[in-house]
Amino acid sequence: MFAELPLLSLLIWLPIVGGAWVLLQGKNKDMATVRPVALFVAVITFLLSLFLYSGFDSSTAAMQFVEKHNWIAALNTYYHLGVDGISMPLIILTSFINVLVVLAGWEVIQKKPAQYMAAFLIMTGLMNGVFAALDAMLFYVLWEAMLVPMFIIIGVWGGPNRVYAAIKFFLYTLLGSVLMLIALLYMYNQSGSFGILDFHQLQMGMTAQTLIFLAFLVAFAVKVPMWPVHTWLPDAHVEAPTGGSVVLAAIMLKMGAYGFLRFSLPITPLASHQLAWMMVVLSLIAVVYIGFVALSQKDMKKLIAYSSIAHMGFVTLGFFIAFLIYDKTGQIGNGSVLGMEGAIVQMISHGFISGALFLCVGVLYDRVHSRQIYDYGGVANTMPLFAMFVVLFAMANSGLPGTSGFVGEFLVILGSFEAGFWIAFLAATTLIIGAAYSLWMVKRVLYGSIAEDKMETVGKLSDINGRETFILSTLAVMVLFFGIWPEPLLDVMHVTVANLLDHVHQAIQSAR
Amino acid sequence: MESIALIIVLAPLAGAILAGLFSVSRKVAHRITITGVGLSFILSLVVFKQVVLDGLLPFADGTAKEVTLYTWLSSGNSIFEIGFLIDSLTAIMMVTVTFVSWMVHIYTIGYMADDEHNWSGPGGAGKNSYQRFFSYISLFTFSMLMLVMANNFLQLFFGWEAVGLVSYLLIGFWFQRETAVYANLKAFLVNRVGDFGFLLGIAAVLMYFNSLNYADVFANANNLAGISIQVFPGVEWSLMTVICILLFIGAMGKSAQFPLHVWLPDSMEGPTPISALIHAATMVTAGIFMVARMSPLYELSTTALSFVLVIGAITALFMGFLGLVQNDIKRVVAYSTLSQLGYMTVALGASAYNAAIFHLMTHAFFKALLFLGAGSVIIAMHHEQDMRKMGGLKKYLPITYWTALIGSLALIGFPGFSGFFSKDAIIEAVHFAYEADRPGAMFAYYSVVIGVFITALYSFRMFFLTFHGQERMDEHTRSHLHEPPKVVTLPLILLAIPSVLVGVIALQALLYGNFFGDAIYIAKEHQVFTDYHGILGFVLHGLMQPPVYLAAAGVFTAYMLYMKWTDIPARIQHRFSMLHRILMDKYGFDRFNDWFFAGGARQTGNLFSSIGDKTIIDGFFVNGSAHLVNRISGILRQLQTGLLYQYAFAMIIGLLLLLGWFVHF
Repeated sequence: MFAELPLLSLLIWLPIVGGAWVLLQGKNKDMATVRPVALFVAVITFLLSLFLYSGFDSSTAAMQFVEKHNWIAALNTYYHLGVDGISMPLIILTSFINVLVVLAGWEVIQKKPAQYMAAFLIMTGLMNGVFAALDAMLFYVLWEAMLVPMFIIIGVWGGPNRVYAAIKFFLYTLLGSVLMLIALLYMYNQSGSFGILDFHQLQMGMTAQTLIFLAFLVAFAVKVPMWPVHTWLPDAHVEAPTGGSVVLAAIMLKMGAYGFLRFSLPITPLASHQLAWMMVVLSLIAVVYIGFVALSQKDMKKLIAYSSIAHMGFVTLGFFIAFLIYDKTGQIGNGSVLGMEGAIVQMISHGFISGALFLCVGVLYDRVHSRQIYDYGGVANTMPLFAMFVVLFAMANSGLPGTSGFVGEFLVILGSFEAGFWIAFLAATTLIIGAAYSLWMVKRVLYGSIAEDKMETVGKLSDINGRETFILSTLAVMVLFFGIWPEPLLDVMHVTVANLLDHVHQAIQSAR
Repeated sequence: MESIALIIVLAPLAGAILAGLFSVSRKVAHRITITGVGLSFILSLVVFKQVVLDGLLPFADGTAKEVTLYTWLSSGNSIFEIGFLIDSLTAIMMVTVTFVSWMVHIYTIGYMADDEHNWSGPGGAGKNSYQRFFSYISLFTFSMLMLVMANNFLQLFFGWEAVGLVSYLLIGFWFQRETAVYANLKAFLVNRVGDFGFLLGIAAVLMYFNSLNYADVFANANNLAGISIQVFPGVEWSLMTVICILLFIGAMGKSAQFPLHVWLPDSMEGPTPISALIHAATMVTAGIFMVARMSPLYELSTTALSFVLVIGAITALFMGFLGLVQNDIKRVVAYSTLSQLGYMTVALGASAYNAAIFHLMTHAFFKALLFLGAGSVIIAMHHEQDMRKMGGLKKYLPITYWTALIGSLALIGFPGFSGFFSKDAIIEAVHFAYEADRPGAMFAYYSVVIGVFITALYSFRMFFLTFHGQERMDEHTRSHLHEPPKVVTLPLILLAIPSVLVGVIALQALLYGNFFGDAIYIAKEHQVFTDYHGILGFVLHGLMQPPVYLAAAGVFTAYMLYMKWTDIPARIQHRFSMLHRILMDKYGFDRFNDWFFAGGARQTGNLFSSIGDKTIIDGFFVNGSAHLVNRISGILRQLQTGLLYQYAFAMIIGLLLLLGWFVHF
């Protein structure tokens, strides 16, 4: 019965219109309706997004739930939406995280709550649009537009240094997108269309491909973020309010990774092949170097931010080992599939785990108003239930089997072994480093007895309330579910990934 | 029988969830977990009877030894499944694990009865620590069963890490203690170093065998035996050697083999029941079990076997020495465990996988017994663990005394006791390897033989210091000394029985018979135990070998040093103070690791963070380009003076230049 509905449009416009509605509620004096309305919109959006899963046909690589309408005829651009096995789970994740973010800000945000909730709802619509857009112009507009709510969220509800962080975030990402725009315009010139799928069919020479790849690289690497353009992330996270950090880590970072899959790999397969070694090196630096940097952090949010960068290193590693395996064996290779599917699983799983960890920091920050590790110690004494969740998420962050954090890393390590022993070796160091920074933080924050000078803060903490318990248990269930049975997630992406690898493979073959 | 296997695994899990997540009373918590694990034990016996005694295949109506439960994940042409494999090796592990676990569950009722007193401060963390403890040990039982019942490498790794998680939670159970939370972090990270190798080994298996299923891998092992790979460019290594050594690195972490042994002594910070269950009887033997399970692979690489042999021998001998100087009763048992794990590893290296499993089983019973006995002493002594403050406990704790004596005799290999058979088998196997000139076997042989003397010496040092001689405790403690309640002594008695008997019962089947069938594969030229001359023959043969006399000498030396000439130990210590310091320092491993690895990692992190991120990337590039823009715009701003005559002047200059340009061309 829902097959006839323009589901993707609904997922974009419902939260945006809903956001405007919430803004209107803010005009009321008592603002009593703001939060329920926001939650209502978020939940409906999430429930609608589930129909993407139930109605999805996992046997085809073609775009599904397609909508195509004229937009600007003169430019040959369309309002063109559709999802495949890569973007569909990301849209559900976005809608899901949005519900939790609305709940997490429930009584915590007292300053302009209507604007806060509206910003998140609108951002959700825009982000869903980014994942669903099949027209490059539409993609670009949404990609840029989504920065605005985030800029406002950091700049208005952020911490003391929020202006520096917001501007750094904005300029960093804007710099990347400008180059992407040039690349898109070049390809429009070549193909006469803004259709992303048309771009996939473009036959371009090596030079053009390399330049386009590099232009995309700047845009996407900043978003992921990859070393060395990652330094905006820790600052943005530290200053952002909890909800902002959650969306940033859980969804926005995935935009960059998604960009590689939707643009770089299929449009510039030859350049991707040529520069794969560089991408692998950068990814491994992210895993190892950033892991060590995370170890030395004293601020919990910074630590998790760096941990995010290291985990995203697995995503880019998983994408690009395919080319090294191809060089070695002359075939697509099983490891390429493992690597790429592992990387996509890692994207989803990292959304749950990093989101959960930022929410946990938020829980502490709301009570003690500090993010510094040394302000805590012995929290498990006064917040045993909370401690249980933190240990679970920290374990998931260090890739414990049985949690979703294991699945992606495991597959990428298995795949990269085919690309070379030492690549797998360096990637697998995350087993040690990841556990070290995650559990060392757990030790310093949760364990130990409460020091005398912290009796007034840590000693008086109240354990998480029903709302917080609900949020964290929802995430815990997801983390455990996909750890124990990831097949439902993998199942929808097989054909899409195989098709993508095949496309890339044929392009390289025919260039020979 | 699929459902029986499922119940065996899920009953402890259900107990753990109920006791841990639902706020049940203490009584309910221990009742449901004990029922769950008890059910697992009884059903394990049923499985044992069917699979081992009746020789039936457990699954698919008696036609298969393995079953797939569900597909965990599929990707490319790899399918990862969760399933069970039950053969005699699995069955014997299941019975051992569930039995020891059950005993430990019962014992815990007594040991943790007044755990509230171990907690202080706000929050009342001790309020439900009792339930939490039962939940953890049941969860451990579930994880360990998943590990031993796995039919593929993936699930093995699942169980492997899950037992590591529970070990982490239990070592840090008293999380208010700084030493406990230091120890659990250390244990987890050192284990992760092992898992790092293990995971790479699994990746290698998947790449070359294109399956993680044991059956597929073992069936293809021979075909791939000839392959060599280049890990370092230009150096050819046999694939099997690389895989086996990588997997063994995992075993070194879990089974605490040199140099990854450092976490085990510190793990004694956890409550004693888990020291018995996890850090003596079951989890630490997971590595031994794994190598035995992989025997079809290890048999294809003599290099890997020699590596295993040497690592085991180092652990067996040098960790034994450390047991000689410890004063904490639990630490003596801990070093003894390290040394005994070394013996098992040596057996693996000598291709005597069956002897290793035999010793694993006997050790599980008598070491659990010794740990629980030590725990009983600790309860009686009001949580005093220093043997220098004990002595003469025999008359206060008769049951503990006699069971501890049985455990110690089994440990040192007193003829007829279980440890005698399993240890003699190991020495026999190493001797065989030595005669076959396998690399490292000579060193291993002398290590395990000297180790017998050391084992006897430290075991009876502990025994005499604790139960005999002067009563060195204070008056208050002495007046309260009494045997702990029945829930504590009953498991001691129940563990003492197999500690004596299991050797006699299992000897023929495990070593000489066809007990393991195709569960363990030993190449023909590596088989040691071929002609069986009966129990008596084995004992008589043992009595003609040096180990028995070395053990007797060890006991005698301990008697003389700690009962007769009690001033001598101090003089030896003084005379060889250098040696004593090295032993007290545990050969300096902890200091080195703290300095090099822990400190080094922090320093590296600081360096990367302050120089890499802050100075170079942010300082130079990011803020630097911002400053550059700032500076250039500052220069350009000079031109925007706002003075009309300057603009007019500039216009005139410009006009002139333009005119000149036009005129010129």
